Amino acid sequence: MAKFILRRLGASFLVLLGGSMLLFFLVTISGDPLADLRESNADNKEHLIRQRTEFMGLDTPWFQRYGVWLGGIAKCVTLSCDLGTNMNGTDVGSLLGNAAQSTLRLVVLATVLAIVIGVIVGIATAIRQYSGFDYVVTFLAFLFFSLPVFWAAVLLKEYGAIRFNDWIREPTFTLAQIAGTAIVLAVILQGVLGGSAKRRALTAGATLVFVVAAMSYFSATEWFRRPMLGIAFVLLVGLGAAVGATALFSGIRNRRVLYATLGTVAAGTASHLIVLPLLEKGGWGTIFGLLPVALLVSAAIGWFVGGYSRKPATVLSMSVAVIMGMLTIADVASRHWASLLGLKPRPISTIGSQTPNFAGGFWESFLDKGAQIILPTIVLTLISIASYTRYTRSSMLEVMNQDYIRTARSKGLSERVVIVKHGFRNALIPITTIVAFDFAGLIGGAVITEQVFGWKGMGELFRTGLDHVDPAPVMAFFLVTGTAAILMNLVADLAYAALDPRIRR
Amino acid sequence: MTDPNTPAPHENLQTSSPGVGGVEPVVSGIDLDVEKAVPDASQKSYSQGQLVLRRFLRHKGAMTSLVVLLIIVVVAYTSIGFGPFPGWWDKDFSKAANVVNGGRPTLQLWPFSLGEHPLGQDDTGKDYFALAMRGTQISLMIAFVVGIGSTLIGTVIGGVAGYFRGWVESLLMRLTDLVIVIPLLVLAAVLGKIASKWGVIGLAVVLAIVTWTGLARLVRGEVLSLREREFVASATAIGTSPTRIIFKHILPNTIGVIIVSATLAIASAILLETSLSFLGYGVQAPDVSLGKLISDYQGAFSTRPWLFWWPGMLILVIALTVNFIGDGLRDAFDPRQNRSKD
Repeated sequence: MAKFILRRLGASFLVLLGGSMLLFFLVTISGDPLADLRESNADNKEHLIRQRTEFMGLDTPWFQRYGVWLGGIAKCVTLSCDLGTNMNGTDVGSLLGNAAQSTLRLVVLATVLAIVIGVIVGIATAIRQYSGFDYVVTFLAFLFFSLPVFWAAVLLKEYGAIRFNDWIREPTFTLAQIAGTAIVLAVILQGVLGGSAKRRALTAGATLVFVVAAMSYFSATEWFRRPMLGIAFVLLVGLGAAVGATALFSGIRNRRVLYATLGTVAAGTASHLIVLPLLEKGGWGTIFGLLPVALLVSAAIGWFVGGYSRKPATVLSMSVAVIMGMLTIADVASRHWASLLGLKPRPISTIGSQTPNFAGGFWESFLDKGAQIILPTIVLTLISIASYTRYTRSSMLEVMNQDYIRTARSKGLSERVVIVKHGFRNALIPITTIVAFDFAGLIGGAVITEQVFGWKGMGELFRTGLDHVDPAPVMAFFLVTGTAAILMNLVADLAYAALDPRIRR
Repeated sequence: MTDPNTPAPHENLQTSSPGVGGVEPVVSGIDLDVEKAVPDASQKSYSQGQLVLRRFLRHKGAMTSLVVLLIIVVVAYTSIGFGPFPGWWDKDFSKAANVVNGGRPTLQLWPFSLGEHPLGQDDTGKDYFALAMRGTQISLMIAFVVGIGSTLIGTVIGGVAGYFRGWVESLLMRLTDLVIVIPLLVLAAVLGKIASKWGVIGLAVVLAIVTWTGLARLVRGEVLSLREREFVASATAIGTSPTRIIFKHILPNTIGVIIVSATLAIASAILLETSLSFLGYGVQAPDVSLGKLISDYQGAFSTRPWLFWWPGMLILVIALTVNFIGDGLRDAFDPRQNRSKD
């Protein structure tokens, strides 16, 4: 296995080298880097031209410049990368640092969301094949797949940002809005959950009552200006996650696992009270310092309570601990929403990845960045979700028609075990390939999204580089996508080995 | 890497099941399902092509999409005319005029009337219907050239690589990897910037050069399994030339994969071209395309939203219909994936 992975890494490294040379050459022939200076009327025109020629090495042929660039990259081995200078002599490495940070934040978030939602929806449509829900999702997947990104992004800017900001000033729902949302959600939920007519009616009715009650409450208390999740919310959602995860992955009958996850929720709720003052000041150090503690404690709970199913109990406890951690962070952040609205009355601005010269504390700027990332993430996620849903569906259908699924059913396994253990696990293998393949492309696709939303990310680096026939920034962009592609392929190989014991050689 | 028992992504599943020893090079696997697909097969027999056509014609989504797409194509090319041929729409897409009523669309659905400027006017009074149709013409033309071009390149490279194996295969597949490792949009933007001085056709050719990779891999996979079959062995035995074997014996068997992939390539070409034009690396003025229209008028959203809505809707509808047609073709060529209710 290690030999195989090393060989793959070597091959992709060579391909990356060839790709970088091709791209470098294409960028250098894409235009005249001195065009704007030749037409300028500046007095020191000659000097400017000479200066830029020197910065970009224009007096040498392209392969020599490529060699110099490659030499700088080769220094990465000693951890002192030199990505070259752009046309103005600025070091590209420092430009890339900031740009890559905001772009990767966006792309990683979108990928994770798309995988989670896409796989869940895909499995749901495969299980409910040829139902109304399946047809609707199929149509929507085709629709999102055919959506021009830039157009959808501009639309979202209008309706997601400008109209939302108008609404948040007086966040109330009209009666028609409440009724409409409730009916739509009720129809969707009963379609997904399915069952007999009576069960469907019950689902729809319960959803209807719940949504109407919740929305009326939010509207009456202007909750969206002063949201407060509170410890009860953390406890309830944590309990839901614990019971749901146990029911899905181990079966609710497995008391050991159930007690382990419930114990984690209890510990999480108790620690919620302790960490609140700690988190109040904020800081990533505190958050990532608390994460290992939470993981250790939950792993210990799973280990000692787990008994005969120690492994699933530990894994599920740790997952529940992560969810509890996120809930705690959401709770703390929600307490600062009102002060964000004070600092920034229109919370979602249409330009940029964060508000420049923002005055708030850690949590305010956390929320500020959060508000700025929502819309681009929605755009990127929608498009990836479409293909992930389709792939999961077809791969799941393919697996569910296999003989071993029939065998599993005929020996009396419950439908949950058949779908989760025998079906889903095998269906994941082709999905892993698609996801790994998609990630680097998604960074490329983020170029458009970033332009529409005015992010100063890698897309901007790429576009200004290309516009000015300046190879160094373009190559820096390529370096990030290429490395991401290699890493994701490595992850996919490891995931194969984890999913399919036959290829652990 | 993966075991043959593990399910592959469904694109690889089309045609070819090695267990069926076909003597004639017909799309294998399908003939097993003829009885199921056509109950009255005993009364009348159909050729392979007829069966595919019948299945396609019965696919409601694909047929609706085909009709909608044809309407768009016919209206786009006849309304303002194309090349030397005059059209029936009396306004020119490049001539400014008086702005009537703030340039609002005069299209009325009930009672139906087109009015003077059905899709409105832009800020200089150009008729937006004519402009949008011109953009549709160019975008469609680029999409079809890219679809056909990338299919040709991908088929030839995949076919040659799969048939000859050895160093030819390694070389061609490394070339494919090379193109894939650069993100599609990046490569297309760099090449598009170079090609934009050669006009619309140059752009289309360049886009075809960057989009063939997926099909090449698919076709190679198909050819790899087909070349081991008996009818290829017998053709080789009687001394048939490799060219003839590839084009007469192997490629006709992969036709399903190729046609489906070509259709989907057209849909993604529309989206790629409009994205590039939006970023400014695609169609250049004075030419217009749907993407360029959106790029030009995105600032007008608050004042003249229709300038923004129409081209986007046209892109969406074209891409959607082409995708549905591709889906219908996939079902028609490969009934095993199709409606197997159990």
